[in-house]
Amino acid sequence: MSTLPETARASEAAEPIRASATPATASPADLPVEAEEIAFEIRNFSMWYGQRLALQDVTIRIAARKVTAIIGPSGCGKSTFIRALNRMHDLTPGTRLEGSLKHFGENLYGPGVEASVVRRRVGMVFQKSNPFPTMSIADNVLVGLRLNGVHDRGVLQARLEESLRMAALWDEVKDLLNRPGTSLSGGQQQRLCIARSLAVQPETLLMDEPCSALDPIATAKIEELIQTLRERFTVVIVTHNMQQAARCSDRTAFFYMGRLIEYGDTRNIFTNPGNPQTEAYVSGRFG
Amino acid sequence: MDASPYLPTPEYARWRKWKSAAVTWLLVACALAVIAPLFLVIYFLVARGASSLDWNFFTQLPKPTGEVGGGMANAIVGTLTLLVMAAAVGVPFGVFGGIYLAEYGSDRANNWIRFAADVLNGVPSIVWGMVVYLLLVVPFKTFSAYAGGVALGLIMVPLVMRTTEEVLVLVPQSYREAALALGIARWKVIVVIVVRTALKGIATGVIVALARIAGETAPLLFTALGNSFWSHNLKEPISALPLQIFAYSISAYDDWHRQAWAGALVLMALILALNITVRVMSRDRKSAS
Repeated sequence: MSTLPETARASEAAEPIRASATPATASPADLPVEAEEIAFEIRNFSMWYGQRLALQDVTIRIAARKVTAIIGPSGCGKSTFIRALNRMHDLTPGTRLEGSLKHFGENLYGPGVEASVVRRRVGMVFQKSNPFPTMSIADNVLVGLRLNGVHDRGVLQARLEESLRMAALWDEVKDLLNRPGTSLSGGQQQRLCIARSLAVQPETLLMDEPCSALDPIATAKIEELIQTLRERFTVVIVTHNMQQAARCSDRTAFFYMGRLIEYGDTRNIFTNPGNPQTEAYVSGRFG
Repeated sequence: MDASPYLPTPEYARWRKWKSAAVTWLLVACALAVIAPLFLVIYFLVARGASSLDWNFFTQLPKPTGEVGGGMANAIVGTLTLLVMAAAVGVPFGVFGGIYLAEYGSDRANNWIRFAADVLNGVPSIVWGMVVYLLLVVPFKTFSAYAGGVALGLIMVPLVMRTTEEVLVLVPQSYREAALALGIARWKVIVVIVVRTALKGIATGVIVALARIAGETAPLLFTALGNSFWSHNLKEPISALPLQIFAYSISAYDDWHRQAWAGALVLMALILALNITVRVMSRDRKSAS
């Protein structure tokens, strides 16, 4: 927040942002009201894998403490997009990016910004649950804290319970904390991974298709959990499941071929899409 | 009744059955021929060596020919000492090199390093002995346990490096990403998550390499040299089972020949034990995952 910019940037920020590439269809009325707090302010963001353009000129504002769903057919750039939000691409050789990406006013790709600090503030939950196989349930939750230098037993104990409660897993595992994380069921493992992400107290939680490997009951639990998380965290969720986007998100962004096609209130996107491609996708005619 | 057009004639069916049986037996014979040498080796070692194995063999120094008793206690201890020193050289360089290959190196650099490691794997062990002779024996003007340990350790490096790389690459990328997404520094991710997950595989690779070098003789001829007595100092020549076996088996005395057989049996048992350890460890790994 403190590093805010020159006047040119400020005046840019004042004009209503539009989904690039299809300026006519994304009407400003659909977009976040200026008054609310913005978690991600992304302008003209493009990304390349080697020669291949994966994201093209994306401009979007993601509201704080709301659930934003990213939808689109396979290969549309939605995973690329969400992984750019906490710099997971840093380790992929040959990626290149342009444009600006700010999280609560701070440029995540600015000079001197450390990726590990970014990722502590912007956590991530992956498609396949991946508790560390060598660690117990408790160690899985606390590993992020311990390896970032927190060793106070009281703090760790408190954070363990708090994180597992927030992930709606405490009651199921409170007597099994020393069992291996991999001994849990698939849905429990995914909630354990959510608890692990929450333990380092991020401001934003990114979820990359968190339910695509889960059965309907486990999926319902995660979706319920997302509803409670939005009170404290900004949630950005990539999903292939349009019912899921409709059920649990406030805003929806539709990506296609590396571009942001349409972005707005979830209700509008699903009932009254402004772009024919969006309409075709949400009504199941392609993708 | 009419013969079904789908059934072969009885003669053809018989011929086919005969052919199948013949090929099956040929394959069984080849498989037996592959494992037979192992049993032959064990059989001869036990037949020739077991009778000379007694308490003295494990507790006493070699004695001059003609004297009763005498053993290879110093050679057994020497071999174990050399293995520890070799591990001290081979494990850090091998494991860190493997970590570099799996986690850091660029494709280009890695190709060269792998190529170099494969060439090193093929360097005859006597060449290692000569190189270490020039590097550590000539300058210090003495054969030593250190030189022997370094020679064996250098043979371990490429072996340990390649197996370390292989098991680290097997650790799913998703664990690295999950740890990075918690804001953990990369080197900590590698040490605490990746290496920890692959630790059993790395240990297995180290033991395989130890089993491989435990019986090496040639590199020790120019370095550790051998010693008929206890070596009290790692700067002195040290005895080792393969060296003692070599010295006894080229001698002219029957009692020394018998001792050589017994030494070979002990050495073989050591290597077998290392390999069995590996089997047990890798079985655990499979059942755990």
